[in-house]
Amino acid sequence: MISESPQFHRLAERSGEQLVITVDNRDVAVRQGDLIITAVLLHQKAIRRFEFGDGFRAGYCLMAACQDCWVSLGDGRRVRACDTIVEPGMEVRTGIFNANGKTENC
Amino acid sequence: MLAKIVIVGAGPAGIRAAEVLAGAGLQPVVLDEARQPGGQIYRQPPPGAERDAFTLYGSEAGKARNIHAAFGRLGKSVDYRPDTLVWNCSSNALNILHKGRQGIVPYDRLLIATGAFDRVIPFPGWTLPGVFTLGGAQIALKAQGVSIGKRVALIGAGPLLPLVASQYLEAGADVAAVLDVTPFGAKIRALRGMLAVPEYARRGLSLLLKLKKFGVPTAYDVRAIEVTGNWHVDGLKWRDGAGRWHRIACDAVAASFGLKPEMQLADLAGCATYFDEATRQWLPSLQAGGRSSVPDVYLAGDCAAIGGADVAELTGKRAAYSVLRDLGIGFAADELKGIETTLARHTRLRKALDAAYPFPTHLIDAMSDSLTLCRCEGVTVGELRASYVKTSAPDVNRLKAFTRVGMGRCQGRVCGAMAAEILAGQSGASLPDVGRLRGQHPIKPIPMVV
Ligand code: FES
Repeated sequence: MISESPQFHRLAERSGEQLVITVDNRDVAVRQGDLIITAVLLHQKAIRRFEFGDGFRAGYCLMAACQDCWVSLGDGRRVRACDTIVEPGMEVRTGIFNANGKTENC
Repeated sequence: MLAKIVIVGAGPAGIRAAEVLAGAGLQPVVLDEARQPGGQIYRQPPPGAERDAFTLYGSEAGKARNIHAAFGRLGKSVDYRPDTLVWNCSSNALNILHKGRQGIVPYDRLLIATGAFDRVIPFPGWTLPGVFTLGGAQIALKAQGVSIGKRVALIGAGPLLPLVASQYLEAGADVAAVLDVTPFGAKIRALRGMLAVPEYARRGLSLLLKLKKFGVPTAYDVRAIEVTGNWHVDGLKWRDGAGRWHRIACDAVAASFGLKPEMQLADLAGCATYFDEATRQWLPSLQAGGRSSVPDVYLAGDCAAIGGADVAELTGKRAAYSVLRDLGIGFAADELKGIETTLARHTRLRKALDAAYPFPTHLIDAMSDSLTLCRCEGVTVGELRASYVKTSAPDVNRLKAFTRVGMGRCQGRVCGAMAAEILAGQSGASLPDVGRLRGQHPIKPIPMVV
């Protein structure tokens, strides 16, 4: 399932303190120093819908080059998830859920 | 008045260049898109995600520490501006974006050290969530301490493949397979040339032994790859040199096929390029000492020619010395002589590596019409092929207008080289004749200014 199982897995425990952000209105526990892409993909398998056809995207290059990872934030900003660090209380909007809070067919 | 020197990029090349220029009292400006110096190879985790150097950089920990320390020592003798995107260059000035604010940085001399990006070849399933570049897989681990999946398949055509594989294994990741799309025999034949830099040959060998020790399935001469899954990766099919198909279960794939210079800024600065037959790609034309074809513009590191981190340190220094020389500022020439000698050995090594990892054109020949070429906007290989017939202009820049290939958010950074390959294949023109998508501003998307 795109929405329920993680794509990324933490291999290294580290110091950063725990923070809470929201991803599509769900509370998500992250660590200081996580990139948004890390925070999101530790909980689900996609970061946005593909706007020119079916399917989802989860980023690709992780170095701010491919532009595959743009997400919206609660404050109206649009940012690359792979080069933006989480801040406490950040609201990330992936747009992968429909009005019923579901992703269709997957 | 002091000449204003601007360095773009703070990887090993940019940092060593800054060191030389600061040493001459020139206080260079260093514009860095990242938040901390180090570049991609010696990238530092953000505050909160720190780990010790050995865990992060493995065998390269010492070099990473040296580079970071060297830059730290420069202190106020450089004007370091992190988190600063350079998005255009015209009439000796750079347009920058820092924290959402625009700015202009004029320069007398520009030293470009913008690094490299993975070479991409599309294959079925490459746009599914869970497929990343090898460089991306490495960043996930280095900058964040995460693996891109629970069970990961790695695919490549260059020295980055065994390196990422060994870093993933050491970090405790489950690596399903390491698939090299180039033949093993090519590496044996290139061994002699690699001995030009014995330390490198030793490191390469120890990586291969490590993969063996971990017992991870490894294959060479992989002929075809296909990622499976409806909405995200659930497996990988690949065909071996004998024509047999294999299937592995995995939930993530990292694949890319060598590196290419990040040349957009050099393009906008007007630097000439040439087509390099050996690696089948366009590179900036280099004059002696890392000078570009444009007076006042210098190139160093992987954006000048793919050479890796050690070479980047050397070409960074060399370009900085060229700046000093061109400004008529004296310096002790001994170090420069040593650099040239070492670089000559690295040039032999690079030739050997290019031969050891020939660009896998068989994957290009296999691209079907239904394959997505442009991942930004979903343009297919077939659409690009069809548009050629319509326009009969075997020039990739003209084709762009008809198909939008290269006009998506990535500006052709991902698909541009493949668009040229397809056009060459379809028209019968040679790859150099088809040309390449030239860099355009903004180099990366920037917010609209009202
Ligand atoms: S994943 Fe490529 S720009 Fe973020």
